Amino acid sequence: MPMSLQELQNKPSVLRGDKVTKIFGYGVNKNTAVNEVNFNFRESEVVSIVGESGSGKTTLAKMVLGLIGVTQGDIYFRDAVRDISSHKKKKEYWKGIQAVFQDPFSSFNMFNRIDTLLLDCINLMGGKKLPKEEKVRLMTDACSFVNLKYEELTNKYPFELSGGQMQRLMIARIFLLKPKILIADEPTSMVDACSRATILDMLLKLRDEVNMTIIFITHDIGLAYYVSDTVYIMEHGQFVESGTAEDVILNPQAEYTKRLISDVPKIHEEWDLSTVAGL
Amino acid sequence: MGKIMLEVKDLKTKYVTRFKENVYAVDGVSLEIEEGKSLGVAGESGCGKSTLALSLMGYYFAPLHYISGEIIIDGKNISGMKPDDVRKNILGTEVAYIPQAAMNALNPTQKVIRFIEDVIHAHDKSVSKKDIFDMARKRFEILGLPQEVLNRYSVELSGGMKQRTVIAISTILSPKVLIADEPSSALDVTSQKMVIKMMRDLMEKGYIKSMIFITHELPLLYNVTDHIMVMYAGQIVERGTAREMVFDPVHPYSKGLMGSIIVPEEGTRDVKLEAIPGTPPNLKKPPAGCRFAARCKYVIPTCSLGERSRRVFDDNRMHLCIHSVDFLRETYAKEGTGIAAIKSQKSENLKENKKTSEKTQENASNKSSENESEV
Ligand SMILES: Nc1ncnc2c1ncn2[C@@H]1O[C@H](COP(=O)(O)OP(=O)(O)OP(=O)(O)O)[C@@H](O)[C@H]1O
Ligand SMILES: Nc1ncnc2c1ncn2[C@@H]1O[C@H](COP(=O)(O)OP(=O)(O)O)[C@@H](O)[C@H]1O
Ligand code: SF4
Ligand SMILES: [Mg+2]
Ligand SMILES: [Mg+2]
Repeated sequence: MPMSLQELQNKPSVLRGDKVTKIFGYGVNKNTAVNEVNFNFRESEVVSIVGESGSGKTTLAKMVLGLIGVTQGDIYFRDAVRDISSHKKKKEYWKGIQAVFQDPFSSFNMFNRIDTLLLDCINLMGGKKLPKEEKVRLMTDACSFVNLKYEELTNKYPFELSGGQMQRLMIARIFLLKPKILIADEPTSMVDACSRATILDMLLKLRDEVNMTIIFITHDIGLAYYVSDTVYIMEHGQFVESGTAEDVILNPQAEYTKRLISDVPKIHEEWDLSTVAGL
Repeated sequence: MGKIMLEVKDLKTKYVTRFKENVYAVDGVSLEIEEGKSLGVAGESGCGKSTLALSLMGYYFAPLHYISGEIIIDGKNISGMKPDDVRKNILGTEVAYIPQAAMNALNPTQKVIRFIEDVIHAHDKSVSKKDIFDMARKRFEILGLPQEVLNRYSVELSGGMKQRTVIAISTILSPKVLIADEPSSALDVTSQKMVIKMMRDLMEKGYIKSMIFITHELPLLYNVTDHIMVMYAGQIVERGTAREMVFDPVHPYSKGLMGSIIVPEEGTRDVKLEAIPGTPPNLKKPPAGCRFAARCKYVIPTCSLGERSRRVFDDNRMHLCIHSVDFLRETYAKEGTGIAAIKSQKSENLKENKKTSEKTQENASNKSSENESEV
């Protein structure tokens, strides 16, 4: 069940952004990918950031994760200015925030076996000294949470898995890490509707278990409507509209939002192809 | 009934892997498309949709092999033709095929107009470059594509423009059947809509005479195609009009698929998504009897015995399940799940102006005339 605005406002803030900006390049090549965006994500909130290709969604996600620098503006993690000035502090930050990326194949080191990948998670969470059986038990649990069989995966490499298995493996990692915040950049774009339903089920279950905040980044307004409490609409690096999923998607105010929604094929409403631009 | 543009009878094809194992990815598919109509193919990843697309061209190369069955395009049987003949006389003029991820496979060092020359010259070497350019310019103009694109390299085009260009190139010879495998799945919604609009224009202007559209995105399929077939483990498990398939799916697998639809429409948020447990079977050794049995809620012991016969019902629909249509419909009605359960005012209003005929509306009601037959 989605949370009401009231319920949300009573939850503690986990991630806040104040005029966060990213500029790539200089001079004539200057490209403002993210332009002074403000946001406040709360504990166990499900957020979607929706926008066209190139609108700056992934760039914002990378700044929030600390993978690229912020040109201007401030990011607050649990109400304190985020500090990732040293490698050690960054590692500490990553215990609290994790991501599942657009192209599942790019986010793993191809040459690490799947066991290593899962072991790394256990180590990151301070489980390095646990007995071997305990580690295997944790990995087996994580795999079964996403309907994978640990015994069948040991010794395999990521590229030996199908796209769908890969995506589930990424969720198994999140299961082990139990971060406060999960950023999911197009987590379901590569999978069919059936697997998408399974993946969403798993992520939302995880949210309920550990009060995780989930930030979905997507083109898919239907998905945003289905899963989120709040939706932010991004156009050319700016948020043009935000609010509860019901408000933004059933009663959009910005022209851009209206267009995005009208571009999605629907079931009960006619899909009007005559609005296609440039013809 | 219109003229049949494509008829496929019991087509079987397989992959032979490096380890000499057979993968039966298309296992007895039959279908028909009339002139001016489009047929959608839906199913989970790995069900054989792309293999079917590839097989329908009649152009086989390793690891894909033809086993048996017929492909008849506008009365001409192309099964068993030599690959060279298919390339020269069929591809481009009779059938055009747009593979999954085609837009990323364009050679980046070649201008768009050169691809068009390649397509035309494969068929007829004597056409001059000037004639080709004129023809291409005219076609691009009608389709609303900027003419400058002809002199561009593919890397200079945005994703949506690249995909529309690929479609324009593939259909330059006005083929009778266009087979498009996930043509818009990698695009954002706005570019996707442009691609779809262009495909519809191609059909309306008569540049293609029929279309097979493959995608796992069901709302898209619903809006684009006249009929939908659901594929599972190399076989067609159900066929009907787009409206019938979305609002009145009969086969348990189709029912599950339709339960995973998400659209941004009022009320849809309150319907629980149905996730079908498990994964499709391995096609090296498909299970005996119903291939869906391991995942089916309505399975009974006899499901795994012998092949299912196809049940034809409501005139032109077909499904492949041991249960009767009435039993399945009653069962679903009791459960009251799925997208069809949302009765919004909007959908009632839309009924009047939807593309499907009155007759189809009647058919979607609960009374069905059913007979069993081996098709
Ligand atoms: N490393 C980089 N160097 C220069 N420009 C970049 C870089 N990464 C992204 N950009 C630019 O920033 C803008 C936003 O890109 P971004 O990847 O954030 O978009 P997106 O919303 O995630 O798009 P998509 O939906 O296609 O994933 C684009 O103009 C892009 O070209
Ligand atoms: N080149 C290949 N060699 C062997 N098997 C293949 C090959 N390509 C696909 N397959 C197998 O054929 C089956 C159907 O695949 P595909 O037609 O790509 O399905 P879909 O398009 O529905 O996702 C799958 O089991 C897949 O693993
Ligand atoms: S034949 Fe049996 S297992 Fe197969 S779909 Fe029908 S009920 Fe389910
Ligand atoms: Mg992105
Ligand atoms: Mg495919």
